[in-house]
Amino acid sequence: MSEETHFYGSETSEDVIRTEGLTKIFNSHLVAVDHVNFDVKKGEIFGFLGPNGAGKTTTINMLITLLKPTEGNASVLGLDIRKQDNEVRNVIGVVPQEYTADEDLTGLENIFLCADLYGIPRRIAKERADELLTLVELIEFKDKKVQTFSGGMRRRLELACGLINRPKVLFLDEPTLGLDVQTRTATWNYIRKLKKEYGMTLFMTTHYLEEADVLCDRVAIIDHGKIITIGSPEELKHGLGGDSITLAIKENQDVTPLIQKIEHVKDVRKEDETYRIKAEVGEVTTPLIIEALRKNGYTVTKLSLTEPTLNEVYLEFTGKSMRDAEESREAAMKQRMTMRRARA
Amino acid sequence: MSQSDEYQAHRLHGIWALTNRELKKWYKAPVIFTLSIIQPILWMGLLGKAMNISALFGSSSLMPQSLTTSIAASLASHQMPALQIPGFMNDLGNLFSGLGNTVLKNTFGTTSYFSFMAVGMIAFTALFTTAFSGMSVVWDRRLGFLNKALSTPVSRGVIIFAKVLSATLRSMFQAGIIILIALAFGLTFGAAFNPIYLLGVFAIIFLVCIGLSSLFIAITIRSTRMETPMAVMNLITLPLMFASNAFFPTSVMPSWLQTVAQFNPMTYTTDAIRQLLVYDTIDFTKVALDFAYVGIFAVIVATIGIVLSWRYLSK
Repeated sequence: MSEETHFYGSETSEDVIRTEGLTKIFNSHLVAVDHVNFDVKKGEIFGFLGPNGAGKTTTINMLITLLKPTEGNASVLGLDIRKQDNEVRNVIGVVPQEYTADEDLTGLENIFLCADLYGIPRRIAKERADELLTLVELIEFKDKKVQTFSGGMRRRLELACGLINRPKVLFLDEPTLGLDVQTRTATWNYIRKLKKEYGMTLFMTTHYLEEADVLCDRVAIIDHGKIITIGSPEELKHGLGGDSITLAIKENQDVTPLIQKIEHVKDVRKEDETYRIKAEVGEVTTPLIIEALRKNGYTVTKLSLTEPTLNEVYLEFTGKSMRDAEESREAAMKQRMTMRRARA
Repeated sequence: MSQSDEYQAHRLHGIWALTNRELKKWYKAPVIFTLSIIQPILWMGLLGKAMNISALFGSSSLMPQSLTTSIAASLASHQMPALQIPGFMNDLGNLFSGLGNTVLKNTFGTTSYFSFMAVGMIAFTALFTTAFSGMSVVWDRRLGFLNKALSTPVSRGVIIFAKVLSATLRSMFQAGIIILIALAFGLTFGAAFNPIYLLGVFAIIFLVCIGLSSLFIAITIRSTRMETPMAVMNLITLPLMFASNAFFPTSVMPSWLQTVAQFNPMTYTTDAIRQLLVYDTIDFTKVALDFAYVGIFAVIVATIGIVLSWRYLSK
């Protein structure tokens, strides 16, 4: 290993991943990823959202050096993904969408296989395997064959395998695909733990918007190979025009001008007896509105506050039409296989 | 957290781990392991014993019992006491049986078709075992393991070579089993046989398997569906087998087939193994030529195969 790999170029720069016009064209006409630019900061969980065939997996595959970009470039921890591909592989961890663990081997043997792929000596691998299996709560099952594992246990084993080389960046492709709610929540906790306790940077793709919402510090929505928007889930949701407050008052008077004057309120519409208000920080604005109405002698009879979900943001940007037959046969098949095995 | 202080990864690291992963699927699965041993027994039983070619050329078929007795009866009825009938008949029988053996020996190089065929069986098994290595690539791709391995610092060449190596080691083990089983079934070593020649036998199996499995992997590495390697296997293996001297000597083939067989590495492999195991006199010049041909085949095909696969994997 060369001298530079000691530093990975990352200790000085804040950007763990940086892409510049990253482009992938398959068979010289199919543009899967089209001049994509984004940065992932150190220690953040970055989510990549998009419909099927939007270019999520192609992007992640370029970043983890499985595919070479047709145009543009990207760096991971300051390493060039084109020229220093092997160095990149050394410092990243990958948790693929599929269940890659060998069913005939035990959990521990699978971890050792991963360690061997990184050239980690058995002595070190043993220590790390114990640590990682404890982290993902599989230590008591380490000598059981993977055949007997549930979908959630397999997912955790994949996670442990992806961490064997103590990566600084972990790439997760659809980490909770096909898992039940309990297992999904547990997986989120492991991911948060990695960020908090190990200061790891995580890059994940997902289909599940609530997952991106609760987990990611920032998300990028990609469609037709292009990034449509990037920001924190909060920013994106507020970008839609803020929260909706619905209220009604006892008095038969139009209070629209009064409400309009209140801070953060962007829009008020009176529909029959109810007022529909768009406001920026709903949880702060709502008490202000009640306060103002009371002061002026009005009585609030009904009140509700709804925050926009990432779902709405997503549909706003990607449209509501369904995406059929845009994915390759292979990708679709892999996804079905993962879903089936998750339920096993 | 600087890893390079703790250990230094070897350039070829992971080769044994990946090879062993393949092999474990075989030796750790009792059913598959047993079947892989039963298969050659079945084939040897069918081809070597049921299709008893020795019997066609042997004394009993050239000189059937009924014919012997009828000659004896006619001689007796003509009252020719001067002839020692039993002795004469024996001589006649020996003559025919000797003739049969000569025919066998000239055709097959040994008087036992079974010994001839058993060697063909070794080549046959090697061919089929290596053909399956193409399937395992497709399988790994479908399981996502291929991508998983590709995202680690293990060399692309190592990923391919581990497949080649595991198929080769499996074939060599099976060849050993076949030789043992064939011995139990009546394989007779040639007069010139020396146990040290077994090393030569395994060496040539090693070479041909390296070549063959690189070939199959290179052909199937791009395919995403199981059907492709299956079709390729069916298309290639049987013609490769029968357009060689594995089950029948090339000398009795039509000339066009002889030409095909002349280029077929299976021909040279089986010839070398036969020379070393079952022939009474070993033509070492020919064995050397066999080794040279198979060796060159292995080096060229393995290089092309591994380079092609490598380039494809780092697309």
